Amino acid sequence: MITAAVPERENYLNYKYGIKSWLLTKDHKRIGLLYLFTVTLFFCLGGAFATMIRIELLTPQGNFVSSETYNKLFTMHGVAMIFFFLIPAIPATLGNFFLPMMIGARDLAFPRINLLSWYLLVIGGLFSLFAMLAGGVDTGWTFYTPYSTTYSNSWVIATALGIFISGFSSILTGLNFIVTVHRMRAPGMTWMRMPLFVWSHYATALIQVLGTPVIAVTIILLFCERVFHIGIFDPTLGGDPVLFQHMFWFYSHPAVYIMVLPAMGIVSELVSVFSRKPIFGYQFVAYASMAIAVLGFLVWGHHLFVATESVYSALVFSFLSYFVAIPSAIKVFNWTATLYKGSISFATPMLYAFGFIGLFTIGGLTGLFVAALGFDVHVTDTYFVVAHFHYIMVGGTIMAYLGGLHYWWPKITGRMYPEGWAKLSALIIFLGFNLTFFPQFILGYLGMPRRYHVYPDEFQVLHVLSTAGASVLAVGYLMPMVYFIWSLRYGKVASANPWGATGLEWQTPSPPPVHNFDVTPIVTHEAYDYSTVIGQEVEVG
Amino acid sequence: MDKLPLFPEQASTFAPGVDHLTYFLLAVAVFFTVLIFCTIFYLAIRYRRRSDKELPHAPHGGMALEIVWSVIPFGITMVMFTWGASVFFNESRPPDNAMPLYVVAKQWMWKIEHMEGQREINELHIPLGRAVRLTMASEDVIHSFYVPAFRVKQDVVPGKYSTIWFQPTKPGKYHLFCAEFCGTRHSGMIGWIHVMEPQDYQRWLSGGAPEGTLSESGQKLFTDLACSNCHKADGTGRCPSLEGLFGKTVQLANGAKVVADEAYIRESILHPAAKIVAGYQPVMPTFQGLVTEDGVLQLIEYIKSLGPKPVVGGGGALGK
Repeated sequence: MITAAVPERENYLNYKYGIKSWLLTKDHKRIGLLYLFTVTLFFCLGGAFATMIRIELLTPQGNFVSSETYNKLFTMHGVAMIFFFLIPAIPATLGNFFLPMMIGARDLAFPRINLLSWYLLVIGGLFSLFAMLAGGVDTGWTFYTPYSTTYSNSWVIATALGIFISGFSSILTGLNFIVTVHRMRAPGMTWMRMPLFVWSHYATALIQVLGTPVIAVTIILLFCERVFHIGIFDPTLGGDPVLFQHMFWFYSHPAVYIMVLPAMGIVSELVSVFSRKPIFGYQFVAYASMAIAVLGFLVWGHHLFVATESVYSALVFSFLSYFVAIPSAIKVFNWTATLYKGSISFATPMLYAFGFIGLFTIGGLTGLFVAALGFDVHVTDTYFVVAHFHYIMVGGTIMAYLGGLHYWWPKITGRMYPEGWAKLSALIIFLGFNLTFFPQFILGYLGMPRRYHVYPDEFQVLHVLSTAGASVLAVGYLMPMVYFIWSLRYGKVASANPWGATGLEWQTPSPPPVHNFDVTPIVTHEAYDYSTVIGQEVEVG
Repeated sequence: MDKLPLFPEQASTFAPGVDHLTYFLLAVAVFFTVLIFCTIFYLAIRYRRRSDKELPHAPHGGMALEIVWSVIPFGITMVMFTWGASVFFNESRPPDNAMPLYVVAKQWMWKIEHMEGQREINELHIPLGRAVRLTMASEDVIHSFYVPAFRVKQDVVPGKYSTIWFQPTKPGKYHLFCAEFCGTRHSGMIGWIHVMEPQDYQRWLSGGAPEGTLSESGQKLFTDLACSNCHKADGTGRCPSLEGLFGKTVQLANGAKVVADEAYIRESILHPAAKIVAGYQPVMPTFQGLVTEDGVLQLIEYIKSLGPKPVVGGGGALGK
């Protein structure tokens, strides 16, 4: 039905039909859509778990589900959202689709490996899904030992294997991006002419390739202990439980940047296009991505401040954690400065970009709170931390992801989304998000521990506010799902470059031809040079 | 406002310090959030697109600005680091005269052992104004001892001892939470800290401990487990004498030296082969599975009571 709209021109959607043409495709654009479909399913699944969690927490007593079920709900919420939605979401969908196009390439460097990556994610996802359906897992998405290796009676191994397998999807995607960026840039596309979306995906890919093997090793060790009782983490077998936390966070902290760096890449595109100005301090923003990728590997110990880590390690990790704040701050300031004397459009993607900057700022600043040792001791493992990382991952990553989807939707489908509904949903999501998660900062500072099924009465008012916010948020998330599908048939037909953007992906028809470009583009100017696309000049400022 | 508190109660010497740090962090966060929000709002309105054809010409880079907005935030974060670190450093160093207590965490309860022999479950009675130092062990998984009103938290990790200390400043009843997910009834692993006026506490203490002091229980266990068959007081046994052991430096068979603290004694009971004292054979069997974490703590207290003198911060209330 997508293709009915533009029957006259061959594009990547209508050049072949049938299920095989999708499941065996080597086209990065089609694989991007396969990913979009897959991660959306996991988002809905994770969202369903979150819904049940929020319903349970309406009352202090545990009267909606049992403690066992509750523990499984928050575990599966985390597993589905982190490993099968947030990590693949932006790189594997929008990154897959647009990274090659933005550098003027016909595809990724290894199209077959790209397809394999998707299959690995699906197989890993099915493993974890099987575990969820078979009875669920109750360890928390963090799988802390020795609970996960010795004490839990739930589907730890199946879930962990699912994560193990999907990790290779992430590694291969990263590898593909690195090689593609190095080898497949169009003539004239120098490093300093690359869109910032590409820079941030390049930084992300480095983390995927260097960090993900560590979680793979950790899962193998967990497997050895749980199945063969080889003492690694369980002290009764001669192991050290805290070792697991070091290994887990050595990957899982950088993984936060796998989730947020691509989001920053999208926001850089959006802020530039909808201000019609080059990003202020392009080089600083580009290098800030690289700095975050490198520094992100040096701060894992800040998750262990009360986990019997030595006082001096804690001091060092606290100190280093503040270094990550600087490149993030640089990005926020540069995005803001880009608006200065710009030509600012309030199209939906820009609203999401504003939303991202605002929420990421709050998430980032509260990150400074929890990096302060004396403060963290009080709030670690409370709702303060829950609120903090949801501001980064939901307020940051999902806002940017939605902004990116709206921005590139005309390119992907050849159709425009309905602008009015989209603006409304962006507003609802922003308000719903804040109502859901802001009360959790207060809850956490008051001392409400996370992962509590039953809680003391005095926390109820804040929990009710949070649940109310979650229902608003759910409406906000459902709306794009509906109108995106609606737009496939009824949306306005999109032109090649509806936003007046400079990226190479906009210099080709919507939807793009099978090989992206009819003629290999030759790049002669920097990214974001709007004089090349806006014909008639009107001075503003 | 009873139903909607915004700040937790301050009931320990740490609480005001942590809250002052929080005020500072909040002030910085509010300042920058308002700054960014207002700037974006102003710029977005001021420079809104008026014609679809317009093409702005404006600076898109400035070294001076980049330096300013890197260096100033860095300076502020270093204040945060230093302040947070100093609060933390205090929290990690219990005073010498702190009253020792033992905590054993297990799924899903907190067991408290007083030196005088009182035992409590999910309740902890302590006197007002006195520093308290808890030595904590876990029977199973990782737990975390968390008292929001005191602003303290410490994981309790199986296989090792961790310590936490605080000094209550306000009589009352405060939540004790397990903050590290520990299984099905994690949210039921909660209790109360009762901070009592010193005279009330003394009255509570004299309520009696049917089983004698902690070290007396340890002595009984020492005999029951037949430890005394080999660990003879005069040093003639197959194993080293434990008289005056605690706090001393021990020469090991492999040439290393180790201070006989709680962790060393615990290890020697549960994993005797790990560190062999110079001049002795590795003949001791493991007592893992035969003696609980509570039992180990009692044995440690007994060994401490064998003199010569308790180490700093260790067994201050011994032999009462």
